[in-house]
Amino acid sequence: MLKIKNLKVELTAKGKSILKGVDLSVEAGSVHAIMGPNGSGKSTLSYVLSGREGYTVTDGSVTLDGTDLLDLEPEERAALGLFLAFQYPTEIPGVGNMTFLRTALNAQRKARGEPEMSSGEFLKEVREKSRTLQIDSEMLKRSVNVGFSGGEKKRNEILQMIMLEPKLCVLDETDSGLDVDAMKLVAKGVNELRHSGRGFLVITHYQRLLDHIQPDVVHIMVNGRIVKSGTAELALEVEKNGYADMMVELAE
Amino acid sequence: MTISSVTEVMDDERSVKDGVDQETVDAVQKISSYKHGWETDIETEYAPKGLTPDIVRLISEKNEEPDWMTEWRLQAYERWLQMKEPDWAMVDYPDIDFQDQYYYARPKSMETKPKSLDEVDPKLLETYEKLGIPLKEQLILAGVEVDEEDIANRKVAVDAVFDSVSVGTTFQSELKKAGVIFCPISEAVRDHPELVRKYLGSVVPMSDNFYATLNSAVYSDGSFVYVPPNVRCPMELSTYFRINAENTGQFERTLIIADKGSYVSYLEGCTAPQRDTSQLHAAVVELIAEEDAEIKYSTVQNWYPGDEYGKGGIYNFVTKRADCRGDRAKVMWTQVETGSAVTWKYPSCVLRGDDSQGEFYSIAITNNYQQADTGTKMVHLGRNTKSRIVSKGISAGKAQNTYRGLVSMHPKAKNSRNYTQCDSLLIGDQCGAHTVPYIEVKNNSSRVEHEATTSKVDDDQLFYCRARGMDEEEAVALVVNGFCKEVLQELPMEFAMEAQQLVAISLEGSVG
Repeated sequence: MLKIKNLKVELTAKGKSILKGVDLSVEAGSVHAIMGPNGSGKSTLSYVLSGREGYTVTDGSVTLDGTDLLDLEPEERAALGLFLAFQYPTEIPGVGNMTFLRTALNAQRKARGEPEMSSGEFLKEVREKSRTLQIDSEMLKRSVNVGFSGGEKKRNEILQMIMLEPKLCVLDETDSGLDVDAMKLVAKGVNELRHSGRGFLVITHYQRLLDHIQPDVVHIMVNGRIVKSGTAELALEVEKNGYADMMVELAE
Repeated sequence: MTISSVTEVMDDERSVKDGVDQETVDAVQKISSYKHGWETDIETEYAPKGLTPDIVRLISEKNEEPDWMTEWRLQAYERWLQMKEPDWAMVDYPDIDFQDQYYYARPKSMETKPKSLDEVDPKLLETYEKLGIPLKEQLILAGVEVDEEDIANRKVAVDAVFDSVSVGTTFQSELKKAGVIFCPISEAVRDHPELVRKYLGSVVPMSDNFYATLNSAVYSDGSFVYVPPNVRCPMELSTYFRINAENTGQFERTLIIADKGSYVSYLEGCTAPQRDTSQLHAAVVELIAEEDAEIKYSTVQNWYPGDEYGKGGIYNFVTKRADCRGDRAKVMWTQVETGSAVTWKYPSCVLRGDDSQGEFYSIAITNNYQQADTGTKMVHLGRNTKSRIVSKGISAGKAQNTYRGLVSMHPKAKNSRNYTQCDSLLIGDQCGAHTVPYIEVKNNSSRVEHEATTSKVDDDQLFYCRARGMDEEEAVALVVNGFCKEVLQELPMEFAMEAQQLVAISLEGSVG
């Protein structure tokens, strides 16, 4: 479903190389986790996938179900079914959370030539789906992410993900700033979305999120490259020994 | 472009206004820029070009005015000859040749005043229909979905002003039953001279300023409202101003009187055809709120703003002032300014009565080469008077947007309060936002607070919206609507929707 080939990326402003040839394939129905130390390029990968400005792709390709993503605008990628759960969701004062969500949903539907969702239908859906995440109607009415706690912001990202029903979900450090209860809620939301037609790319610094979202494949990213891939065992190994060992091992 | 919003039926009826709704989607898709730029092909009679005492007399004659009115106009004309055009505002435009304008233009079909709306020229009725302004009494403003039961509560009486004359006023008889007078001001001068003589020029004196004085000499029509003591006006009142004729100035005059303990909500809308030459609009609005009375005055100003190179557009030089004459009187101005090439406008409140209150909520959007110098004056004369100013200025393209406001606490205005909040939003790096607050406090028990912010549309916000599927313009419209929310939510629902659409439309092409 998602195919990344030899992806090389630098920061447009500084010309600094961040990704130095990433190869990765996420099949439909599977959960891939990317772990790695700070500054390894994990978040850059998520931004490049979603089309954020400020990064220049110098080599390689990214396709989603055969469509070249790199030529598309961020909104076109979203309409194709790519979703990025932000590490730091942005606040938009004055814009109601539900208004935002419905505007997004209908923008995607329209781009795909599908009929828009009526407000009645939308309300029903959003109420039902926010229940799992323990998001109450008060939170739905507040301005997007304004005054939300860290946990509320992350749960809100997952609500958006559930409502937008993407094909490929990229979760960027969704566990950062979450306590155990909030992490369980987020994981529950993600697990309910697991589906044979959907792929996940879970980016995380720590193994603990993977206790709740069982990955099929774990990749270790160091210095802009995927240096090791394996099963869920690999994450446990990292947890136990840290990245240092692995980096030493690589250097040898 | 697609934008939608949730009619949050949950429990907060205000929520419907946050964000952009379905109508926006459709409106924005259908049009590429100014959507009211068409012209009505209609035979028009003009007074000769230029301004002379004879023209003043002619306008007075056309309106079949009594002598006192003619005299008042002529006096204004004499004063005007001695006045100079103000040049302190942060706006720049070529000299206006006041002798190269028409001061009176009337559709030929209005020569004999129609007795009822049925007799009005169908072309004129069509014009308003096309603008979404219902001149049939069973209809409410277009684009608003309500159920049958609600219709009774959502009536809006309309006075339709086309160039220099009022074409018709709806719901007059129903309003009459409640004791409310709502009619063209030309008619009020003839039928209610005692009220007009008492109040006309009592808030904005004939010699107030260059444009107000010009208006006093040549005003042709406008709306008149009188709400008797202790009456709550049973419906929203509105006037829709349409400029159609070329090279013609529109000089309308509005006079609203809320007598003791009464309440009225009044809406004003304006549009004009798209033309290469600029046109002058110089209106005067006077509001009088007696003891315990309340007036809400909302404007959605959508005059033609000129093209993307700054050609054409309306010069909007308007004097609007309210007098809270009695104790506990309250006036609220809400304005959404999206149109005009040049705007010069400061809706103000004179807080004369003790415990009286003035509020000013404003959104001013300028794009391309538009210039706006707008704000308010809150003049505190009575004790314990309160005022609140919330101004949102949005600049895009090469536009300049200035908030200019005066808060004045007079010696007797003990224990008075003002709160001012001025927020400016910049889109792009070639536009400007300016805040010019004047504060005068002449007693030591009053308090004035002023907050001002300037921000740019944040790339992170836009990216967040786009990553969720919205295109760039949609994202800007959403973010800007959010920025304006505090003002939008003060508008009556019909206008809030129109205003949201306008926000989106006015900023088209401002990014990317």
